[in-house]
Amino acid sequence: MSVKTLKIDGIDIAIEEGATVLDAARQAGVPIPTLCHLDGVGDIGACRLCLVEVGGSRRLLPACVTEVAEGMEVQTNTPKLQEYRRMTVELLFSEGNHVCAVCVANGHCELQDVAIQVGMDHSRFTYRFPDRGVDVSHEQFGIDHNRCILCTRCVRVCDEIEGAHVWDVAQRGAACYIVSGLNQPWGEVDACTSCGKCVDACPTGAIFRKGSTTGEKERDRAKLDFLVTAREKHEWTR
Amino acid sequence: MDKVRFATVWLAGCSGCHMSFLDMDEWLIELAQHVDVVYSPVGSDLKHYPENVDVCLVEGGIANEDNLELILQVRRQTKILISFGDCAVTANVPAMRNMLGGAEPVLKRAYLELGDVGPQLPHEPGIVPELLDRVLPVHEVVPVDIYMPGCPPPADRIRATLEPLLRGEMPLMEGREMIKFG
Ligand code: SF4
Ligand code: SF4
Ligand code: FES
Repeated sequence: MSVKTLKIDGIDIAIEEGATVLDAARQAGVPIPTLCHLDGVGDIGACRLCLVEVGGSRRLLPACVTEVAEGMEVQTNTPKLQEYRRMTVELLFSEGNHVCAVCVANGHCELQDVAIQVGMDHSRFTYRFPDRGVDVSHEQFGIDHNRCILCTRCVRVCDEIEGAHVWDVAQRGAACYIVSGLNQPWGEVDACTSCGKCVDACPTGAIFRKGSTTGEKERDRAKLDFLVTAREKHEWTR
Repeated sequence: MDKVRFATVWLAGCSGCHMSFLDMDEWLIELAQHVDVVYSPVGSDLKHYPENVDVCLVEGGIANEDNLELILQVRRQTKILISFGDCAVTANVPAMRNMLGGAEPVLKRAYLELGDVGPQLPHEPGIVPELLDRVLPVHEVVPVDIYMPGCPPPADRIRATLEPLLRGEMPLMEGREMIKFG
């Protein structure tokens, strides 16, 4: 195994080849905000919250899908990055319909957490108020597209961990939305095993258990970690 | 030091932010020693928003013509305008009607389609203010100096925002205690 050495915010780090800048930053204890990244499933660089500056590159690069390289110099918290991150979060809020006061995830929401992390006290972008639907056709769960930030964690957890691939993304740009099955109501998708992994993976209040009301959605994130370690390291007890 | 000329206004919100303000309990007595309450639905009986207000807490978004008229006046006559609570900062629950489109489909839905007895559209010019097409957060209508999210902002957050202002300093709106939505 070959090792790469690099600097993140001036801290020297040695990490195995193939690791991402995000892995390296976590190893060094440097916090980088993330939303679409979920431990245990593949990264796709959807949310752009983890953007960093890499010496020699004029573009900002997403830490979760950028591999470490020998001699890399990474900055994670410059004023420019702070400004872009805050704009990214503001765009997420103004794009959908986030009414935290009446949301199942209020108080346990990763979008709220990053808003606090990046210091967002209001959105400078005009709210779109898009017309989006809610699907409660599944016996146990529901999906509220108003609160979806299109991170695709549900898509990946269902495909990569459960192996059911119930979810996918339809349309383009602002019209994008998450579909179940062949764009059917969730309750009619035979492939769904009702395992609930998407509920635990969803960072917001978009996918929820029926019957939970304001602020009641608390996810069991440890369950996903446990399943991944069980598979990779053959540790079968929690 | 002169007393701070202090006001609160209530636009399109549920009054919960004002209830949370009252929830500051005995600190209100302390506050009263430093401010003159020149306009407020919970602290003054004056009907007209006065000139030269130092600090104003604005609860609620801008939903109708009365809200619009008052917020323009508040901005003209106030030094420090605080967007007070989620309805002021994001338009929040009142703005859920924006998803239906303009004022007309909203009124039709509420008063005709869902009206059980004698469905009719409200129309009393000069008495019932006309709805604007969209409910807007305060800062989309006038400039705002301080944003205090929360539904409602807890009493401690309100106090932590006002205390520095009484000393002539700006509060630091940062961290979960000060800027969590919802
Ligand atoms: S998902 Fe819910 S709690 Fe999270 S930001 Fe959106 S509305 Fe607020
Ligand atoms: S439903 Fe949840 S997990 Fe799926 S894309 Fe939307 S926010 Fe992400
Ligand atoms: S966490 Fe890297 S792009 Fe979302």
